[in-house]
Amino acid sequence: MSETILDIKDLWVIYKTDLETVHAVNGIDLRIGKGKTLGLVGETGAGKTTTALSILRLLPSNTGRVLKGSIEFHGQDILGMNDGQIHAIRGEKIAMVFQDPMTSLNPVMTVGEQIAEAIMLHNEGIVTAEVDRRVDAMLGMVGIQASRKDEYPHQFSGGMKQRVVIAMALACEPELLIADEPTTALDVTIQAQVLTMIKDLRNRLGTSMLMITHNLGIVARTCDDVAVMYAGEIVESGTVEDLFLGSRHHPYTDGLFGSIPSLTSRAARLTPIPGLMPDPSALPKGCAFEARCAKRMDICLQRHPEKATEGTHCILCHLYGEKS
Amino acid sequence: MSTIDTRTPLIEISNLRKLFKLRGGARLHAVDGINLKIYPKETVGVVGESGCGKSTLGRSVIRLIEPTSGEILYNGRNIMKLGGGKLRELRKDLQIIFQDPYSSLDPRKSVIEVIAEYMFIHRQFKTRAETYNRASHLMDLVGLARRYANSYPHELDGGRRQRVGIARALSLNPKFIVCDEPVSALDVSIQAQILNLLMDLEEELGLTYMFITHDMSVVKHISNKIMVMYLGKCVEMATSDELFANPQHPYTKALLSAIPVADLSTRDKDFVTLRGEVSNPINVKPGCRFAKRCDYCTEACTSADPEAIEVAPDHFVSCVLMRQEVKAI
Repeated sequence: MSETILDIKDLWVIYKTDLETVHAVNGIDLRIGKGKTLGLVGETGAGKTTTALSILRLLPSNTGRVLKGSIEFHGQDILGMNDGQIHAIRGEKIAMVFQDPMTSLNPVMTVGEQIAEAIMLHNEGIVTAEVDRRVDAMLGMVGIQASRKDEYPHQFSGGMKQRVVIAMALACEPELLIADEPTTALDVTIQAQVLTMIKDLRNRLGTSMLMITHNLGIVARTCDDVAVMYAGEIVESGTVEDLFLGSRHHPYTDGLFGSIPSLTSRAARLTPIPGLMPDPSALPKGCAFEARCAKRMDICLQRHPEKATEGTHCILCHLYGEKS
Repeated sequence: MSTIDTRTPLIEISNLRKLFKLRGGARLHAVDGINLKIYPKETVGVVGESGCGKSTLGRSVIRLIEPTSGEILYNGRNIMKLGGGKLRELRKDLQIIFQDPYSSLDPRKSVIEVIAEYMFIHRQFKTRAETYNRASHLMDLVGLARRYANSYPHELDGGRRQRVGIARALSLNPKFIVCDEPVSALDVSIQAQILNLLMDLEEELGLTYMFITHDMSVVKHISNKIMVMYLGKCVEMATSDELFANPQHPYTKALLSAIPVADLSTRDKDFVTLRGEVSNPINVKPGCRFAKRCDYCTEACTSADPEAIEVAPDHFVSCVLMRQEVKAI
């Protein structure tokens, strides 16, 4: 196993309002190795983005709260850091690419200025000529002509904007890049361009990555390890081989695979997962997936399942736990 | 699937065009000379990337947008010039399901009111009770529990909202439904539920669909025939199996190879990535719309629009390359 860059242990995050408490992340463990890409898969509301925001300490301050757990980056506890310390890490050591490139750029600043801003912020006293050189280099790296740096975001297409956002995120050569659905808003051919680019850059710079996506195809293409998230929990995790080739799976993972229409074979019907994800403000006492599960047993309703581990492959399900 | 071609098409589109006039006299060619036959109980998939004109095509076909020129035959009857009462009568037969279940439902109407609205407009039933009764049956049909009848759209999740949209489209017993990206806004597990529902309804009610999507795996799953669009033009059309087994147009090939498949065997293959991006369809010059991004582009590509060539039975490709191949043989 390679050196661990990010280690999340037993993380619990809630959003508390006057009306309700939403249990967004419920005791997850995640580990990202140096130079590795971890895919975090799940549907809307599974808690993927909340996990990402917790790592960067960007949870909305008035409602979001980490209840317990630890997030260690190179062995340093991120959750215990003061503002100064986290500022030194955020953007410089850990950078994030958000889902929607249309809203993550400042419309009244040129793209060159926005990339320069990131560089200047994290390199005090850097000379202007050097900043310019690096802006040009970053744009070149993501496949945009440097001559376009004086243009504004609205002059770029969606795919180009996402490239700019990625250039900004990589401007300080972060050790960890968190990409939250980086290609969801893009067309397939543009998505292929951006994914190829991300893969190249990662190989060249040795960046570790947390790839948040709902697309299992993207996971197969880009990730080394995978964690499947459901209702704030990691229900299955392992290497991509464990997930795509393994014989034992969490019923939710099976359901996800059964929901994707195949390109190679013709199935008459898809086998979707019935029902919906439970309300995160009122989670059941037993397994969160119980109500939708085809393999449910009596125990699922009563007791929360425990992790069954086999090598690198972990499954959170009563089917596999306590076999003896 | 090609055995049904002996019948009259339910919908026949010839040389359909929709140009939007822009400020300064420029023209945006959204749909640029499309020919298409849709036979009863067939599902025709229309795929393409954003801005290729697939939604404009879908809306033009049912005259939700007025086409600029061309011909649309519905059951052999030209519907381009219909107006007033006749057009309203036609609307019952031709319906649409929209992409975004969040913005296509009136937020101030309850579920049952949304579903009943078209029936009131068309005075389908004499009494309110009969109308609401039918609306309740429609809820059963699309798998919406009746307890949601008095809920408002914001109280429902995306999948249920899409079911409301489907129930509404079915309320007037249509023959033909344009499904404009009906599952794009939904999570995969919900997407699969809705796709199954649409396929069941097709079977049960004998519906004919035009299914517009950008998702190649969805279109393969649901369609008999697929049309690939690029900048307002049809670049390739074939049966679903044929298109995936034997794609001919360089754009179709690139599109197919760009799909990330949930299968590790594809992991180390590189995508066939296209250069550049879709150019804009304003004041287009003659010639292949794809020429700028195509690796096989020659002079012949930019001199005139490539014509559709039948490379195999019911497999049409609009590409100069095909012409040379045919000549060579």
